[in-house]
Amino acid sequence: MTDLPGSPKWNEWLLNYSLYIILGVLIIAMVVYEPRFLSARNLSNILAQASTRGILALGVAGMIVYTGTDLSAGRILGVSAAISASLLQSVTYASRMYPSITEPLPLVIPLALAILAAIIFCMINAFGFAVLKMHPFIISLGTQLIAYGALCLYIDSQTNGAQPLASLDPRYIRVVNGSFDLGFMNLPYLVIYLAICSVIMWVIWNKTTLGKNMFAVGGNPEAAAVSGVNVTRNIFGVYFVAGILYGIAAFLEAGRVQSVTTATGLNYELDAISGCVIGGVSFTGGVGTIPGVLIGVIILQVINYSLYFLGVNAYYQYIIKGLIIILAVAIDVRKYIAKK
Amino acid sequence: MKDLNRGTCLLEMKGIDKTFPGVKALDQVELRLESGTIHALMGENGAGKSTLMKCLFGIYRADAGEILVEGRPVHFSGPKEAMEGGVSMVHQELNQVLKRSVMENIWLGRFPKRCGFVSHREMFGRTKAIFDELGIDLNPRSIIGNLSVSQRQMVEIAKAVSYNAKILVLDEPTSSLTNEEVEHLFRIINKLRADGVGIIYISHRMEEILKISDRVTIMRDGRWIGTESASDLTVDKIIKMMVGRDLTHRFPPKTNTPGEDLLVVRELSGMYSPTCQDVSFTLRKGEILGVAGLVGSRRTELLETIFGIARHSKGTISKNGMPINNRNSSDAIRNGFAMLTEERRATGIFAGLDVMFNSVIANINSYKRYGFLSGKRMSEDTKWVIDSLKVKTPSRNTYIRNLSGGNQQKVIIGRWLLTDPDVLLLDEPTRGIDVGAKAEIYQLIINLAAEGKGIIVVSSEMPELLGISDKIMVMSGGRLAGILDIAAATQEEIMRLAAKYV
Repeated sequence: MTDLPGSPKWNEWLLNYSLYIILGVLIIAMVVYEPRFLSARNLSNILAQASTRGILALGVAGMIVYTGTDLSAGRILGVSAAISASLLQSVTYASRMYPSITEPLPLVIPLALAILAAIIFCMINAFGFAVLKMHPFIISLGTQLIAYGALCLYIDSQTNGAQPLASLDPRYIRVVNGSFDLGFMNLPYLVIYLAICSVIMWVIWNKTTLGKNMFAVGGNPEAAAVSGVNVTRNIFGVYFVAGILYGIAAFLEAGRVQSVTTATGLNYELDAISGCVIGGVSFTGGVGTIPGVLIGVIILQVINYSLYFLGVNAYYQYIIKGLIIILAVAIDVRKYIAKK
Repeated sequence: MKDLNRGTCLLEMKGIDKTFPGVKALDQVELRLESGTIHALMGENGAGKSTLMKCLFGIYRADAGEILVEGRPVHFSGPKEAMEGGVSMVHQELNQVLKRSVMENIWLGRFPKRCGFVSHREMFGRTKAIFDELGIDLNPRSIIGNLSVSQRQMVEIAKAVSYNAKILVLDEPTSSLTNEEVEHLFRIINKLRADGVGIIYISHRMEEILKISDRVTIMRDGRWIGTESASDLTVDKIIKMMVGRDLTHRFPPKTNTPGEDLLVVRELSGMYSPTCQDVSFTLRKGEILGVAGLVGSRRTELLETIFGIARHSKGTISKNGMPINNRNSSDAIRNGFAMLTEERRATGIFAGLDVMFNSVIANINSYKRYGFLSGKRMSEDTKWVIDSLKVKTPSRNTYIRNLSGGNQQKVIIGRWLLTDPDVLLLDEPTRGIDVGAKAEIYQLIINLAAEGKGIIVVSSEMPELLGISDKIMVMSGGRLAGILDIAAATQEEIMRLAAKYV
């Protein structure tokens, strides 16, 4: 593409930022159409909703850098959310899953177990990808079903039959849904959690061997291997970190929606993947930034929220989101196409 | 270049043998490299230069022979271990992580760390120090993919220096550089030589080699031919050593006679570089046109541009006097072209499918009857392919991957013959095929020409081109270097033309 004589530079610039431009225009149009949209309350709602998806997306992004993907992220979140919620139901709630828990558990125990469960699933994915050399799409398609089955069994195993895991411990709800009053707006704790995860992930991606090697393996696995990078170990490392993020996202999501069912986590991976792609994590591998992921997730959430705010029919919302993903990938592929 | 660092033996490769199934790739090859010298390694395509280097780096294991680095026998397990042992290589096809920075590419696999975190400051400083020492003016933070080939090469050289390389192998480093870039590269190489590094320099550019190297080793057909001081050599002498083989191969008698003009190509250029430029030639009916050239002379790109799978930026093609425009392979097939691709495994066969599928796939539209494919006619045509090309296969339902290379190639040629082409573009039709099967393919090509088809054969085996062609077209650096009548063509003349624009 650069070989074309006289091809103006702004062409490339336009291609690189076209998605942001299109989505930016959409959002501005939205604000012009409905000025009430621009309120502190809406902003804080959008950020809170983007938080759990954002943390999930931070995990999925690493797999996309490997030219892979993770279809199981949403269902893994479901399992971990069920674990957190079931252990943190109010001890005064009669039909709680574990009647034997009569004293409220320290929050850190359910959090740790949620993370552990997510890590186990991620290790299955990593094993399939790194050792069995399966495409991440296929291995995670399998774990997605396994995780869903496990979630249904778990929820079904309650003595009172399958019912939503609700009536959560007030401490838990407070820790997840609380907010700082900044005067002009409320800053939800959820946003702080996302920010902390993002900073840590930024450090991992930019300041550790794990992250650097991840980009090398994603960009050119052969060059990485030749330079002495242990590709298998790197993949396990990145999936391990993803597992931690999934577990945290699940713990927060359960507290946020305050009710976990078999549908929890459904299609969350799609939002996470689309957020990554919109944010410039390329499916061609080896490219992506943490700020990009955050911008992508937030843009997607703004669109979700504005469609909802405008009262657009939920079915149309699916169609619009689908079109945005197709657009994002179509533009992404054009950036890296090799012409003959 | 008199220097104290010069003269101790850094590398000795003795009696190296390497056999691949059906081919003796290296036969008792010798190489001796001294510190502070530039040692050119020359030979035609397939002379064994790359194989020898792969044996040095442990990518291949030599069947016999000894490799000594500074007097100690070594058996590197791969490029990483070789680098750590002070032996580095800058490949022609640079293997880099394009989307990451210069410094990350240099320190990949051993990032400098502080308190467990990768230290960008230290990485930058160390990279900058090496760049300053070598006189490379590059920002270590630049993204590799945005750099020119020459800059990327310099990054690889800097990487070798960062491993304290004592032995540096450069594989055709100047093939895509401008004169100015070549000068810069030479300054860097000379600096390394003055520091006592031994450099193995693989190139086809004769003048360049005579200018920069101290010693020259010439290989031919997997054998060591000689090692001479560069000052004792001339271009003519090098060419003679490179191609001075006896033409003992037997080729089938030529029964074809070229007739009227079939294909006229005028000033054809590809669109996206690297590609061919301004190529003009005429192919006659019943003629076999051989295309010679070194690796990177863009012969494959020429065929792809004619066939329409690579876009052309200018030029015309006419067939039987009518202008044609192949915009894609379907156009080309409709216009009576057929193309046998160079990489049989990658772009020729459908390995996991049977002989029948592989035979009929290019002609699949003609088997339609009421919108469905006629199994009977496909079987008949497959039988024709197997019988007329003498394909040795248990049945038409055998997976093609279970056939030998020669028989696979026959199936693919058969596939194209079913489309009834007038012009066959054959890219390295005998690559990786044993001697017996090669003779059969030659016979087949001559028979097809005798039937009046026009055939263009790209090959890196000079004797093969001299044995079957009526005319030989030599490409060099993407351009047409000359067209030789077979009566006037010699190996020396082809080699001279092939090096014309490199």
